[in-house]
Amino acid sequence: MAASSVKPRIKLDKKEAKQGDLVEVKALVSHIMETGQRKSADGKVIPRKILNKFTCTVNGKEVFSADFEPAVSANPYIQFKFKATESGPVVLTWIDDDGSKIVGEDSIKVS
Amino acid sequence: MSAFMTRRQALMAGAAAVAAATLGQSTTPALAANNIDEMTKAFTGGAKPEAGKVKLDLPEIAENGNTVPITVSVESPMTDKDYVSDVIILADGNPNAGIATFHFTPASGVAEANTRIRLANTQNVVAIAKTNAGKFYTASKEVKVTIGGCGG
Repeated sequence: MAASSVKPRIKLDKKEAKQGDLVEVKALVSHIMETGQRKSADGKVIPRKILNKFTCTVNGKEVFSADFEPAVSANPYIQFKFKATESGPVVLTWIDDDGSKIVGEDSIKVS
Repeated sequence: MSAFMTRRQALMAGAAAVAAATLGQSTTPALAANNIDEMTKAFTGGAKPEAGKVKLDLPEIAENGNTVPITVSVESPMTDKDYVSDVIILADGNPNAGIATFHFTPASGVAEANTRIRLANTQNVVAIAKTNAGKFYTASKEVKVTIGGCGG
């Protein structure tokens, strides 16, 4: 299964926010996060394959990002907040070691 | 006062000697066995982080080292002039010290993030925060791990 066909689960704690409110984002994505430390039954090292970068933009502006190492659990979960300033799409992007991307989108309405 | 300090210093020296002796007998290679010192230096550029401002929320005992919930938060006004830009999470007993780095912006509103991590064995987890002014703050917590999370 190509990484790009994975659909992340994204939940915002509110759909509509007042200016300056904190919006909490929770996101979960299916991924093996292979550490590169494990060995297969025949003694070969299973090559590393993780999502190494996560970015969240709101209305095109980056609000939060993270670099992941192999010590992040399989099916990585991330939770963070952002300050509501303008309405627009909330886009979450994960980048795989192989360069492919997993993208999920939600939106926020700011009044 | 000075007599009291001398007594305290003597006590501390004694405690340190005991700790050193205990460490000498211990066979666990976990302490600083990985690249945590290099990773810390690469992040801080050699500056010594101050204790405080950082809150690290981890379970005392993690039954499953494959998925240990961690929340890190840093006290900061998070304005354009004064905000926490980066927080690195390190562990001293994993094959690699690095776990994750969070990058915040004033638009984050609050310097707080939560994820789930792997811990190979009982060890210290360290968070170091960097502000836009180039100051560093740190906190650490020991997590006892029942079943390690890096084995095959």
